[in-house]
Amino acid sequence: MSENLKSSKTTLKGPKTSAKKQKGEKAKQSSKGKRKQLDKKDEVDLSMVGIGHPEIFPLVFTTKTQEIFNCRVDEDVTEENCFKLIKKEDIIQDLKTRAAISDFHPVRKIVLEYPGEELLVVFDANFQYGQNFYLVASEEAKENFLKPPETAEEKEEENEEEKEGTLEVHPYKRPVHKPWVSLGSEKEVEEESVKDYVTKIKYMFSRVRRKFGAPIRFTDKNASHVKGSYVECTSYEDKSFSIKLLEKDVGVQMVPKVREASTQTKWTYPKNAATQYFPRQLSNEEKEESLSSEKLKEFLTSVHLRMEIALQQNEIMNAFFDDWKALAEDESSSGDKSDVYLKAYQSFTDTHYLKDRSISCVCWHPTIYGMIAESATQQLSYEGRINRSNKLLMQDSIIFWSFFDPTHPQLILKCPDDIYCFQFSPSDPNIIAGGCFNGQVVLWDISHYEEKLQNAKSVAVGDKKAVNMDNASVLNLLECNDMSEPSFMEGNESGTHQARYCASSSIEYSHKTTITDIHWLPDYFEVNRMGTTFENRAEVCVQLVTCSPDCSILFWDIRATKLPAQRPSEKVKENMPPEVPDTFKHLNFSWKPLIKLNLCKSNTSMEYSPIKISLLEQHYHYKISDNAQSLNKPQALTKERPYAQMSVPSNKTLKVLESISNNFFVGTKDGEIIYSDWKIKIDSASGKPVSKKPSHKYIIHEEAVNTVQRSPFFKDIVLTVGGWNFAIWKEGVTDGPIFQSSSTAKKYTTGHWSLTRPGVFFIGREDGNIDIWDLLKKTHEPSHFQNISKSMITCISPWIASPTQQFLAVSDDSGVLHVLEICQILSHSSSNEEVNVLDYFEREVKHLKNNKKYQEFQATE
Amino acid sequence: AEVEETLKRIQAHKGVIATMVINAEGIPIRTTLDNSTTVQYAGLLHQLTTKARSTVRDIDPQNDLTFLRIRSKKHEIMVAPDKEYLLIVIQNPCE
Repeated sequence: MSENLKSSKTTLKGPKTSAKKQKGEKAKQSSKGKRKQLDKKDEVDLSMVGIGHPEIFPLVFTTKTQEIFNCRVDEDVTEENCFKLIKKEDIIQDLKTRAAISDFHPVRKIVLEYPGEELLVVFDANFQYGQNFYLVASEEAKENFLKPPETAEEKEEENEEEKEGTLEVHPYKRPVHKPWVSLGSEKEVEEESVKDYVTKIKYMFSRVRRKFGAPIRFTDKNASHVKGSYVECTSYEDKSFSIKLLEKDVGVQMVPKVREASTQTKWTYPKNAATQYFPRQLSNEEKEESLSSEKLKEFLTSVHLRMEIALQQNEIMNAFFDDWKALAEDESSSGDKSDVYLKAYQSFTDTHYLKDRSISCVCWHPTIYGMIAESATQQLSYEGRINRSNKLLMQDSIIFWSFFDPTHPQLILKCPDDIYCFQFSPSDPNIIAGGCFNGQVVLWDISHYEEKLQNAKSVAVGDKKAVNMDNASVLNLLECNDMSEPSFMEGNESGTHQARYCASSSIEYSHKTTITDIHWLPDYFEVNRMGTTFENRAEVCVQLVTCSPDCSILFWDIRATKLPAQRPSEKVKENMPPEVPDTFKHLNFSWKPLIKLNLCKSNTSMEYSPIKISLLEQHYHYKISDNAQSLNKPQALTKERPYAQMSVPSNKTLKVLESISNNFFVGTKDGEIIYSDWKIKIDSASGKPVSKKPSHKYIIHEEAVNTVQRSPFFKDIVLTVGGWNFAIWKEGVTDGPIFQSSSTAKKYTTGHWSLTRPGVFFIGREDGNIDIWDLLKKTHEPSHFQNISKSMITCISPWIASPTQQFLAVSDDSGVLHVLEICQILSHSSSNEEVNVLDYFEREVKHLKNNKKYQEFQATE
Repeated sequence: AEVEETLKRIQAHKGVIATMVINAEGIPIRTTLDNSTTVQYAGLLHQLTTKARSTVRDIDPQNDLTFLRIRSKKHEIMVAPDKEYLLIVIQNPCE
């Protein structure tokens, strides 16, 4: 303990004697370090708590205080004699007199609380605790300070002596057993310990071993039988009190049997599949009210300026015009001459069918790829024709070719006479209408062969089908010609099917001469007897228009008319072969035209002899922009066309279409172009329906006009080809053609617009050449020409097979059908080509007008 | 009368196909198109204008939509919004 004390003392004590310097230095160092620590800490706690000496309070003693308490530095108190005992009363006295200035002020409380009489103040020469003096606040510490230094001094002296003597280690002293002195803790121990007070009772249970683990058997026992097993308090009837229940109110409710069941479904959450709604609308009064409100006026005044700015911006220029793109297109479109070509793809001819025959008309099948039909005619003299018609031989009039089988025709359509023009029905490609040499209109229905035609690729050469058809009466009963004379069909070619016509028009009412042009009227309108156009509810093409050089234009309807039929079936043996479909049975023998237009020349009683006709409302097989649509449309018509059941509706039920134009262009045999109207007027004088006189007539061509065709892009631009030149007309411009080519050496025999490029058209010539004209490049000569065959070109027909492939079918006089592939440049139009062509036409129109004015001006001079 | 005149003037601009005045709820008040088309335009453009306006204001609450132009392949739809009304003009830019 004394040693412990020593160690603590060494840290406590500040000034040391020189003898104790060793330890003292060590202590100083440690205490200095501690002092530094303390400086950093806050100064609120004055004691040396930080170091672990809460009883040490450093104090500053001014000289005054030192004088008062006789602890002047270096006089009363020195480094050696650092202790000074000051009476507590003195300190209190000093505190009272000097109050705040007193050096003891900070430790006033300590002083007042101090238990003893005297306080120890130690001089801190080395500023061990921060100040030059420090106060020791507790008695114990004071004692320690005062006494042990003496003992320490003594001890250290002893130590030193020992050290000076020998440096031996203190021998280990074993602790000596001392008798244990009780301090009263055994009582507590006794209290806490646990002792048994009660003797424990022991019980032992035993059972026979075999009863362990035996199966358990339960039995029932009625509790009431065993006495004492339960106690009950039974109720009894109280005789003194009873109410008899006379009436009872009971409610009864039927509840349906419900059963709860559940399944797991995939349905996650309800979602609106469709919403039906109708828009809110304001009534007229409300609208009026809003219109006249002030707010609207203000709104408009504030808004219209912005709107006008925006509108004007748009008018000034197109901000989104891509100049680079347009530049690139311009470059690509102006190709070299060498790039333009018509590549020969295929040519079809047949020695059997097409010997000595000329092809008069070529038509592509609207839906089947690679299927093309041509009509072949023979150049016979008049006698030859009469002989032929007497024999009642069916002519192989229309021949179908397929790309996949260039040597054998796919289908041959038979008809009493040569066909000079024919057309597929736009709404049903199985219906073909043709105009005969003798003026009859003939209809075919090849739906029977449709599938075979579509599978033309798979038709092998070795597939022989013997089609035996009878010939039957072909002429009208009224003619009373030779009746049904069966004759056989010649030549069942391998793989070639033959189909007979379904219906032909009555000869009496047909044209008197060759039908040179036949067109289907589009499916959105129909015409009645008076020439008024109505909406076509049937939405299929049901009407035809034909023209012939016998000065008449006839409109036909393929539906059954309501007119009383002459009951021809009774008079004539109907010997229609069974294979012929009876789609047009109602028409056969009694088909009459709907309207007959006579093209009378104005001022004279002469008539025009139309060769070709072009209506404004043409139905185009080939829509330029949406090819797929037009191809898909016929496929939807899978069911039979019940033309027999379809009847011409009465005028009242249909809606009159005002927007359909009744006008048409006609090209005549004499080279005139006539513009007329088909509406029938009732002549006030005679009361008979009279066709209108043509409004305009132009003589441009030297010879018969062979082509009158509308541009697929611009409905009012018409191309007419005849004689040695061609002309382009614009409907509505009555001064003349807006473009007229110069006369050439060779006659132009046919012409056709390009289907994809607005300013391009093809002209066929007498010498077998095809001229390709591009209005945007050159207008004085064709931009390209190519020789196709040696004989005269009779018909040109382009066809868009796919977006990348365009074909041009060219037929010539020698019976050969050439199919050419149109090169890219000719088939692809640039983006603004249509606009440019339109501009060109407009310029030409203006030019024409100016010319006319100039001429008039000249005339007046 | 002034209202008529202003609308007529706007309609007379080059290329203008249709003009419509719609109230704040999207119900057409005055139009030059047929009813079904007008109603369709009104409903759709009203919603789009509201969306556009809320977009502009979300980004900057001090801002507001003054004009909306939708340029399509065939024509341009111009919408001038206001507190209570909407003026819609459909124009075919000359190209």
